[in-house]
Amino acid sequence: MNIKHHLDEASLVSYAAGSISQSMALVAACHISMCPKCQKRVSESESIGGILLESLNESEIAEDALEQVMACLDNEPETGIVAAQMNQKSSVDLGVPQPLQDYISGSLENIPWKRIVPGVYYHDLPLKSERGGVSKLLKIAPGKSMLPHTHDGNELTLVLKGSFSDEVGRFTAGDIADLDSEIEHQPLVDSDEDCICLIATDAPLKFSTLFGRIVQPMTGF
Amino acid sequence: MDNVVVMNQQFSSSDWSDMLHQLSVEKDKTLYVQLFRYFAPRVKSYITRLGLVESAAEELTQETMLSVWRKAHMYNRSKAAASTWIFTLARNHSIDWMRKQKYPVYSIDEWNEEPEESETQAHSGEQLVTADRMEKAIKKLPESQAQVIYMSFFEGRSHSDISERIGIPLGSVKSRIRLASEKLKMIWRDGA
Ligand SMILES: [Zn+2]
Repeated sequence: MNIKHHLDEASLVSYAAGSISQSMALVAACHISMCPKCQKRVSESESIGGILLESLNESEIAEDALEQVMACLDNEPETGIVAAQMNQKSSVDLGVPQPLQDYISGSLENIPWKRIVPGVYYHDLPLKSERGGVSKLLKIAPGKSMLPHTHDGNELTLVLKGSFSDEVGRFTAGDIADLDSEIEHQPLVDSDEDCICLIATDAPLKFSTLFGRIVQPMTGF
Repeated sequence: MDNVVVMNQQFSSSDWSDMLHQLSVEKDKTLYVQLFRYFAPRVKSYITRLGLVESAAEELTQETMLSVWRKAHMYNRSKAAASTWIFTLARNHSIDWMRKQKYPVYSIDEWNEEPEESETQAHSGEQLVTADRMEKAIKKLPESQAQVIYMSFFEGRSHSDISERIGIPLGSVKSRIRLASEKLKMIWRDGA
């Protein structure tokens, strides 16, 4: 996998801090799982959290806290964890990054798609953000495009299969488009296979065509 | 008790990582108690700053510290300092509690054939050494950049939330975070 488009530094820091919306955290976590470069970057950002943690003043904890926790340790079984890990199917074989496996069953082929317009399908994921952002899977047929839109907030689009091009460049499996409100774009599927993307917003999209504004209420974007 | 306090103050960040590494090899309660005494009060401060009430903060602190024991075998010293690893546990427990939904965490998958191991190893070794210097670096950030870092890590505020709170455009929030982070990472890499 040759990943060319990565998470923006600001998104990466928010992911590490735990301050990014739940829907966008899923897309970020999936990209990071696929991308050694961002694995390294995010571990640096998490270290900022570690250092801040160490720099904090100590809070008073309950007098019996240690006692209570120690009592729990005594009842802990020693094994059991290894077996659970062995059961996991390879995320590469499934074509589904591990963080996404919590929300779909099996491979991308089994997804119960809903049609928006001919050649454009979506599947809702149950992650929401406080400000009305959502996350979903999109499947777009060759030669079709997403509706042109701008954003109030941020949008993350991760390619799981196939490819698309937009004003920014060409995106293939593993690439992530990390866009903010500055950009209007219209991704176009530019190969002869369906493009499947995982997409998340942290605020509703603003469609720039009348048609887009009409389908928006139906699709929940 | 006094002894323990004095001892704690002499431990550096990398000593804690060594101890957690030892715990990952052998579940030793004496080691665990030392880690608990040092980290639990800080974990609670972190959780309290996220805005959780006392009783929830106490409960989540104990849960976090319990998972330090349960997950110790997964700790890898070459990948993260003890404080970093414990921070991510505290972060995940707090978010799960606040959002009533599991925080999506990444996994180190087998997606990529070309390993970047050697680079990662060298880099992480450095990380442990420079932890104290990093703390000074954070303190040296311009106020406007330190503010967005604190609001992200300690208050759990999203970009849009920060934008509204301090009354600057979303784009400016992101560029402040980028600048701050790049500065910190530069210090990290170059040891400047
Ligand atoms: Zn990346």
